[in-house]
Amino acid sequence: MVDLKIKIQKLELKNPVMTASGTFGYGEEYTDFFDISKLGGIIVKGITIKPREGNPYPRMAETASGMLNAVGLQNKGVDYFIKNIYPEIKNYDTNIIVNINGSTIEEYIQVAEKINELDKIPAIELNISCPNVKEGGMAFGTSYQSAKAVTEAVRKAYYKTLIVKLSPNVTDITEIAKSVEGAGADSISLINTLLGMAIDAETRKPVLSTITGGLSGPAVKPIALRMVWQVYNSVKIPVIGLGGIMNTSDAIEFIIAGASAIQVGTANFIDPQITVKIIDGIEEYLNKHKIDSIRELVGALNV
Amino acid sequence: MKKIQDFNIYANHRLNYETFILELKAPEKLPEIFPGQFAQLKINNHPQVFLRRPFSIHNVDYEKNTISFFIKIIGEGTRSLQKLNKKNSINVIYPLGNSFNLPKQNNVLLVGGGTGVAPLLLLSKSLKNNNISPVILIGGRSRNDILQIKEFEKYCKVLITTEDGTLGEKGLVTQHSVFQTDKFPFKKIYTCGPELMMKAIGKFAKKNNIECEVSLENTMACGFGACLCCVVETSKGNKCVCTEGPVFNIKYLKW
Repeated sequence: MVDLKIKIQKLELKNPVMTASGTFGYGEEYTDFFDISKLGGIIVKGITIKPREGNPYPRMAETASGMLNAVGLQNKGVDYFIKNIYPEIKNYDTNIIVNINGSTIEEYIQVAEKINELDKIPAIELNISCPNVKEGGMAFGTSYQSAKAVTEAVRKAYYKTLIVKLSPNVTDITEIAKSVEGAGADSISLINTLLGMAIDAETRKPVLSTITGGLSGPAVKPIALRMVWQVYNSVKIPVIGLGGIMNTSDAIEFIIAGASAIQVGTANFIDPQITVKIIDGIEEYLNKHKIDSIRELVGALNV
Repeated sequence: MKKIQDFNIYANHRLNYETFILELKAPEKLPEIFPGQFAQLKINNHPQVFLRRPFSIHNVDYEKNTISFFIKIIGEGTRSLQKLNKKNSINVIYPLGNSFNLPKQNNVLLVGGGTGVAPLLLLSKSLKNNNISPVILIGGRSRNDILQIKEFEKYCKVLITTEDGTLGEKGLVTQHSVFQTDKFPFKKIYTCGPELMMKAIGKFAKKNNIECEVSLENTMACGFGACLCCVVETSKGNKCVCTEGPVFNIKYLKW
């Protein structure tokens, strides 16, 4: 019997497979398809202090081996989440992790303080990398000074596991990673979407209402893998890898590159049961390669 | 409850050069499917097609245990569906979305433009089963685009318009004489088709104070409320077409 358990500092995962924010709703969207308590964790849809309507339609463009989205953090706000969604999902036997967002550092702090009060939420993912909002979001994650400032501020307001989600839209990802580690992050997740664009040649118009959007799917996987490997080699805190993971082999590659855990995102849209298939696939892989624990595989790249 | 299952291809036949009916056999007893609901079909082994493709459920045969789709070839995804044969299987997520609401009164008009007739066959059947005799107005560019007439005639009186006048009245559906009468005889309209057509019908319904439901087909990634990509602006904020639609009462739309 192989051991799939992994720890992200104090956060204990029964297996390394989680779902990426914005691709798994609040979990309930998937309960018809499989038992979501099998997951290592669920990162719920990004939450802000006030409700947000998100961006106008169209918000999505299919691309070669991927998709662009420009949802823009549509959500009903943190108070609605606490009152109406949290009671429905808190008893699932998995880690429910809240992805938090803000236009200002103050807003991030306010959301973090409120989530800190929820017993059944063991961690937050600080989103400093959303490319689809006019204020905040990625702006915080593309300079090491602002990434540091927001991480430090939230660290003071939040006592449980703090994961910081990084943007790949930067020159040197290791610089940002080191600055959030120094500011007190317990873990780093990467990558959020890559800023991209789609044009309709017939009409000469942009496909998305916001012109640009975030690219995800297997098209971004090699970039994500490279960044996970770079960050793993430059920080001491655990890394959570995501970006275009479509199957078991993709997940294993991220772990070998240095990810202690992985998140599955866009693939959930195409196969809503993909995460359980990956959990089973990782177990098979470990058996086949006679590895007792998934922990032995983290960063086990042969170079 | 939503299901994800592999279906076998039961039949795949062309109606004209660009339209076909794909009939799929379920691996187990079909759940009850309501008119207006849709399914997400997975396209296999096609590098240019990344996401599933959503289609309205055109017909359900509980005896044969099949569901069918009325599909027009638009791009690579639909083209590869057209090539499926009885040796193939296909992965389906269904039934998705809400459904048309049955009317309170008998006088009902269905308006379908092009492939917009897709969800209206199951609706016609359901209306007929509820002792309502609907009238359907079908519009297309030319006589070759007016399809499934025999199927609709089982449940409806069929009216036709073509833009070139090769079948039925000449002109756009909204120019059909049924809309030109002094006293419009219908109490409820159901419509599906090109957005401009649905908007024109919606405007007519609003002006004449007639109940009107439309079926929308916004681009979506997941089809079950996770990605939040397919939203339509309503008087109650942005709503997902996949979960709170695809059927909307026009009084809530910002048309």
